[in-house]
Amino acid sequence: MLKLLVFLPLMGSILSGLFPKFLGKKGVIWVPTLFSFLSLFFSVILLAQAIGGEAYITHLCYWIKSEALTVSWSLRLDVLSAVMLFVVMLVSSLVHLYSIGYMDHDEHKARFFSYLSLFTFAMLMLVTSNNFLQLFFGWEGVGLCSYLLIGFWFKKQSANAAAIKAFIVNRVGDLGLILGICVIYKLTGSLDFNVVFDKTSSFLESNIHFFNLSIPYIELACFLLFIGAMGKSAQIGLHTWLADAMEGPTPVSALIHAATMVTAGVFLVARCSPLFEYAPIALNFVILVGAATSIFAACIAITQNDIKKIIAYSTCSQLGYMFFACGVSAYSAGMFHLMTHAFFKALLFLGAGSVIHALSDEQDIRKMGGLAKALPYTCAAMWIGSLALAGLPPFAGFFSKDIILEAAWGHHSTFGYIAFYLGLIAAFLTAFYSWKILFMVFHGKPRTDISSAHESPLYILIPLFILSIGAIISGWVGYSMVDTHHDFWLGSILILDSHQALVNAHHAPLLVKLSPIIVAVLGIYFAWLFYIRKVHLPKIYSEKYSKLYEISRNKFWFDEIYDFILTRQLKNIGNVFWTLGDIRIIDRFGPNGIAHLCSLVASKIKSFQSGYVYHYAFTMFFGLIILFSWQFLIYFGWL
Amino acid sequence: MYQISLTHYLILSSIIFTIGIFGVFLNRKNLIIILMSIELMLLAVNINFIAFSTHLNLILGQVFALFVLTVAAAEAAIGLAILVVFFRSRGSIAVEDANSMKG
Repeated sequence: MLKLLVFLPLMGSILSGLFPKFLGKKGVIWVPTLFSFLSLFFSVILLAQAIGGEAYITHLCYWIKSEALTVSWSLRLDVLSAVMLFVVMLVSSLVHLYSIGYMDHDEHKARFFSYLSLFTFAMLMLVTSNNFLQLFFGWEGVGLCSYLLIGFWFKKQSANAAAIKAFIVNRVGDLGLILGICVIYKLTGSLDFNVVFDKTSSFLESNIHFFNLSIPYIELACFLLFIGAMGKSAQIGLHTWLADAMEGPTPVSALIHAATMVTAGVFLVARCSPLFEYAPIALNFVILVGAATSIFAACIAITQNDIKKIIAYSTCSQLGYMFFACGVSAYSAGMFHLMTHAFFKALLFLGAGSVIHALSDEQDIRKMGGLAKALPYTCAAMWIGSLALAGLPPFAGFFSKDIILEAAWGHHSTFGYIAFYLGLIAAFLTAFYSWKILFMVFHGKPRTDISSAHESPLYILIPLFILSIGAIISGWVGYSMVDTHHDFWLGSILILDSHQALVNAHHAPLLVKLSPIIVAVLGIYFAWLFYIRKVHLPKIYSEKYSKLYEISRNKFWFDEIYDFILTRQLKNIGNVFWTLGDIRIIDRFGPNGIAHLCSLVASKIKSFQSGYVYHYAFTMFFGLIILFSWQFLIYFGWL
Repeated sequence: MYQISLTHYLILSSIIFTIGIFGVFLNRKNLIIILMSIELMLLAVNINFIAFSTHLNLILGQVFALFVLTVAAAEAAIGLAILVVFFRSRGSIAVEDANSMKG
């Protein structure tokens, strides 16, 4: 069943990608969609089995089999992968369904659905992998599909640029991941999860000497793995691709850049919890990066005006939460938030897609307003999604965000408290920008002509409805994930006994427990004040604090700084190599030189071919004489 | 009395052969002269054959000489025929004009 689950999307992808004529116009849409719903069905069963205590590894075939290294293709089922399977398949199949409505007018539906299914397959390979190499395969697979789908509208120049940017920024992270895998292989001689995790204790003491520094191997490995996770999960520094990735179709943003692919980094950290648990420095780094990202992305989000970009930065910020949850050893809280976040963020994206669809591809929220009447269902879905995102009870986000913040507090360390306070501010900002979207899009007075706006077709509304239910109930249904009395994960996540953040979280004081709700309500109140009650306020404040406003609006100039420090310098270096190395040395002496030499020699030889018979005859004769004389000389022994 | 020996024959034939060769190389005017020069060279070869045939007392050389004569006659016929055709198409049989093989 696990095999079927994983390979059905691949089959769907191959069928609609390579045989669109065979399937016909309807087939290319429905075959991948049906396959993914089948996979969803299997994933529900497997999730139930995994929670029931079933865990196994299905060996498919050997990939690399040598003296030094054995890597096999295999599928691993345990609670961690089963939860991921369920989340991925649910969002993926709903997005398939949604795309039927959303991509209705597109000419390349077959390609789109093929990519979607291929992505699903790669993601499933990632979460079910039993060794680092297969994980890397899935990791790159989802990166590839992300690239293909961001650049799906390849006629748009900006989409191509965004796709390439996403790919290249991810390469930076992937380099870290590869190096991390190499370190692990060097230490254990294996890439198999079980083997590596069993051997962890044996190399805790060994250090790597680098210049005068002596770094424990385990810290190095975890640090490098986390760099990989940062790239994929768009953490601060490597986050620049995520906002640009919104150039892709909205269902893609929902599936890849909100619910599944970007959470692969969190999954990686949770999967490698038996390594990270022994690397306190790396964990502190994880906390710091996560907390910084959560506040940083939220700061940017409040001043953006593109509805998808706001939600993209919000994703970035929520990923930060998941990471610092992992950093304080509350991996289960991170995974819990990953799940609830998948529901409400996919919901928000799909809702935003519905709005964009209704307004014929308008994405600027300044041009929207008062859409609640025209789009009642979408409006309701967005409200539910925002309530869940802001973390108000009883919606899903409340449970997961609450436990994360409490765990950060419960870590009882400087980094933990930093993460807690930054997380609180980020929660305030989250509520603020979520309601900014809601108020600017659905309420107040229309700012442009919206008479042509219409509610989306059923294909779009059904996924919204299902995800809304998920966004409401997934919090208390999934709460057992973070229950410390009963190990929900059945050993697939390791937490050392000395790391008590999650336990402490349940005994946090009332103020700590209540603070996320308080800041969320405050955020909503301010958003109401700014965008409904006194609409002139944003302008006044943006002028009063114009410097801060500019910083946030320009996303802390990350793109510009990278452009200045890296891109331009690299381009200059490339230019030098190109003009000096390539054109003036390689080309000059290589291909061009040889070609030039040929024509030079030919032009000299050409003059031999005078066309006069007697010249040829003379040459022949002269040649004969030389030949004979040579033979004579040899014959008489003079040579 | 001065005896005509093999050496004389060989010298004669090499002189004729050389004349033939130079006839081919140095001639700039007429293609017919080239044909004639080739004929000369063949004759030089014939003289060699016959000279050696008598010197070595072998009939084989004379047989070859006859063959060479036959081939030379055939070659002259074909060569002249080609020349005629060539003249018809080009209107000239000057050697300088026959340079369409120029590279």
